[in-house]
Amino acid sequence: MENLTQWTANRKFWHYALLIILSFLILAPFAIGLWTSLLPTADISSGHLFGGSISLDNYWAALTQTPIIRYLVNSVLISLYTMLLQLFFCSMAAYAFVFINFKHRDFYFYLVLSTMMLPFEAEVIPNFQTIKAFGLLNSYTGMVLPFMTSAFGIFMLRQAFKQIPFELKEACDIEGLSHWQFYMKCVLPYSRLSLYTLAAYSFLSAWNQYLWPMLTTFSDNIRPVQVGLRELQSQETFNNWGMIQASAAIIVIPTLIVLYFGQHYFKSGLNEGAVK
Amino acid sequence: MSIEFKNIVKTYDQSPVLESINAEIANGEFFAIVGPSGCGKSTLLRMLAGLIDVTDGVIKIDGQTVNNVPPKDRKLTMVFQDYALFPFLTVEENIAFGLKARKMPETEISQRVTRAVDMVGLADFRSRKPKDLSGGQRQRIALARAIASDAKICLMDEPLSNLDAQLRDRMRTEIRALQRKLQLTLIYVTHDQIEAMTMADHIMVLNDHHVQQIDTPLGIYNHPANEFVANFFGSPQINFLSGSYKEHEREIVIDTKLRLPIQNQLTKENYLVGIRPNQLDFQIAKNNGGNASLTDLTNLGSQTLLTARLDNGQQLRLTKSEQISMPINQRIDLHLKGQAFIFDPEKKNLAAVSVGVDHG
Amino acid sequence: MDESKNIIHETRIPTLAENTGLFKKTKMRAQRTNRRYALLFLGPSILLLAVFIFYPMLKTIYLSLFLTNGSGHNTVFAGLGNYAALLSSPGYLASLMSTLIYVVGVWALTLALGLILANAASVKVRASSFFRTIFSSTMGVSISVSAIFWLFIFNPSIGILNQIAAFLHLPLLNWATDPNLAMISVIISTVWMNLGFAFLVLFSAFQSLPLSLYEETAIEGVGPVYRFFHVTIPLISPTLFFVSIITFIEAFKSFGLIDLMTAGGPNNATNLLVYHIYQNAFLNGNYSQASAESVILTIIIALLTFLQFRYLERKVSY
Repeated sequence: MENLTQWTANRKFWHYALLIILSFLILAPFAIGLWTSLLPTADISSGHLFGGSISLDNYWAALTQTPIIRYLVNSVLISLYTMLLQLFFCSMAAYAFVFINFKHRDFYFYLVLSTMMLPFEAEVIPNFQTIKAFGLLNSYTGMVLPFMTSAFGIFMLRQAFKQIPFELKEACDIEGLSHWQFYMKCVLPYSRLSLYTLAAYSFLSAWNQYLWPMLTTFSDNIRPVQVGLRELQSQETFNNWGMIQASAAIIVIPTLIVLYFGQHYFKSGLNEGAVK
Repeated sequence: MSIEFKNIVKTYDQSPVLESINAEIANGEFFAIVGPSGCGKSTLLRMLAGLIDVTDGVIKIDGQTVNNVPPKDRKLTMVFQDYALFPFLTVEENIAFGLKARKMPETEISQRVTRAVDMVGLADFRSRKPKDLSGGQRQRIALARAIASDAKICLMDEPLSNLDAQLRDRMRTEIRALQRKLQLTLIYVTHDQIEAMTMADHIMVLNDHHVQQIDTPLGIYNHPANEFVANFFGSPQINFLSGSYKEHEREIVIDTKLRLPIQNQLTKENYLVGIRPNQLDFQIAKNNGGNASLTDLTNLGSQTLLTARLDNGQQLRLTKSEQISMPINQRIDLHLKGQAFIFDPEKKNLAAVSVGVDHG
Repeated sequence: MDESKNIIHETRIPTLAENTGLFKKTKMRAQRTNRRYALLFLGPSILLLAVFIFYPMLKTIYLSLFLTNGSGHNTVFAGLGNYAALLSSPGYLASLMSTLIYVVGVWALTLALGLILANAASVKVRASSFFRTIFSSTMGVSISVSAIFWLFIFNPSIGILNQIAAFLHLPLLNWATDPNLAMISVIISTVWMNLGFAFLVLFSAFQSLPLSLYEETAIEGVGPVYRFFHVTIPLISPTLFFVSIITFIEAFKSFGLIDLMTAGGPNNATNLLVYHIYQNAFLNGNYSQASAESVILTIIIALLTFLQFRYLERKVSY
């Protein structure tokens, strides 16, 4: 009995050791970044990472001397617009694929699905020209317009809507509800969870956009934060590491908080995307 | 291979799951562990398998204490509720999986697999994947795996609960036949009292962390140790009525006409009386006499289920093995024709048995 | 034993309305309403996809068949000339090669580390949800943040890695000038950023494995290593496949980290496909060649996505 207990205890110890080492590896870049963001740049440059004074000066500098707040606001607005529009258009399209009977429905569905095979990265040249022709370069509209719908979103919501019992539709038909009313009053509330998941995803992917805003934004008034940091890195004294780390921290902390509370939806979204 | 549980205790985070479990299982016995869900029967089985460790007490297999023996060295096999089949392996590979892991020579593996698939009638499906087979066939793969392992102890955890009723009936017979043929010591966990009654040599009834009774199926049916056991076994379910003890007459009185004679001396005033529906009988009462009126009647062809309300308000079920037609609210004279169990109202254990008089 | 499927072919009895021809009219009206609703609900999405995905695709293919002059205008029809030129251009072939190294590197590390993390987090211990949160935390990291964190770590003069190396009297590494080290540093930053997602997906696959299979292996006496390779890996193979494809696709499309960390250098060692397209199109104004490169990229991604569809269709494929 004792041997077994001893053995279990040992195994537990090694297991915790492994978990802690792995956590340390994952967290190290965060920790290093956050720690250096608290140090004076002179200390960082001369390699005095410990023992010096720590302060929030870099944060203050980043907030007052750089347009980081403006970048953040731009990013939040762009991501929010993209998210709302995607929820709306994707759910409408998914509704059509599940509840409306029309000719060549399958053809349209595969047409939509096929766009998942075409990477946006390979189409930036004509899209750039299109947005330029619309006169929408360097504008929120130009940033959001190409991403107002997504094949992934349509596909995911279609799977979700298919779970709605068709009897519900028949009951609403008997009550005389139109498609629009059924969509608003039944389908959307019924699939709330999937909509939250799509919301999380579309927000996050808009937030992480890089190539498109880099090509189409020229001023700090429009520039979202990903490209904004690039701008800081190249324009500002490249060696002001303290301030750059502080800017990175300012950006990452809110997303970590959102992620912490949104965990559940991300996870259920993964399952829907991966399993169904 | 005999098995012994001695004072087994299991706690999870200080809350008890099982307390002082004692049992002896003889070689070649079909031993059923029955109880409602959450009574700890699966935990007991997993402790025997070595998958969960024992908090206190001793488990012996063939006289050897096995508490510290890892599952693989306990020389037993297990059939799981969900069959535990590897979806990416064929029938054959599933059966051979454990043998391969134990590094048995190829020729012996193929011999054993062939014998096992023949025995469960899956010879034609050897190279199919589980997902291409029906529920019953999957169940048979799990059985074949147990057969192939050649272990003499087999543990089954609700193996039939995922099958439909008809198939369950058939598999019951098959498992029983297999157990006899291979002379397995079979520990069978189920929540289904009919399964336990029809298959087992001995039954352990578990409830509320404790063993309620260990006996043969008929022993449990005819002498339930307490109210729970009486209620759990037998269908339709037993009737529970309240009766008062008349010391002078040595009778338990349910109502003026339903008086149950008893042999032994009792001490309390009120008792709980359990009467199985087939132990009651009635006559049609004349002139609105009688002690009860009929409230419901269902003809099942081979037997008839009736419910009646005694004039003192107590409801009871009875069965007759003949077809009957009678109007609802018919007045009847109810009496005991067989046994009635008298249970202590507090301790709930069996206090006395009354044998009624068949009025014919 | 077989659960036979009873397919009942219903023979419909024509209703009164059908017989009188009223049915036909109602049906036609219903079809027309449906068409209108379909247009209303599906139209916007189709239009958007047409303008921003299908049209650009066709346009890209079209551009790839012409030569462009310095100001970006099409001049001569070149047929597959652009493709031929690309496939014999050492620069492009090098970029293709770098991309392959990068993609395989990212894939192998992401999967290996993701499996280790998921495996470690699956054993039930106290505080396991705490560790789970940590392991998935890099999902909240965006490209620019990851780039900045790692740029500092890898910085040759003040970066923490070289400080440690100096402290331990190890040779210093110049991540900015050594092509191999540059590639490794880009791979590491990408893997770190991907790991949260890979961990979450693999972890939920681990969670959904039936306990009874593990109990069965315990009874059969299967060791942990044998169990990992013969039970766990085959069981989660659909998820492994899914994670692999997603990782491949994302890695092929990498741009931001390259732009921020190495700008394709040093010596074009990290000049990956998308970055090469960007350079050709927006820095060199060579639209036609960039378009041909885009078409090649599209073919690669389309093949991978097609594999992913196969997986989604089959739901569980062992």
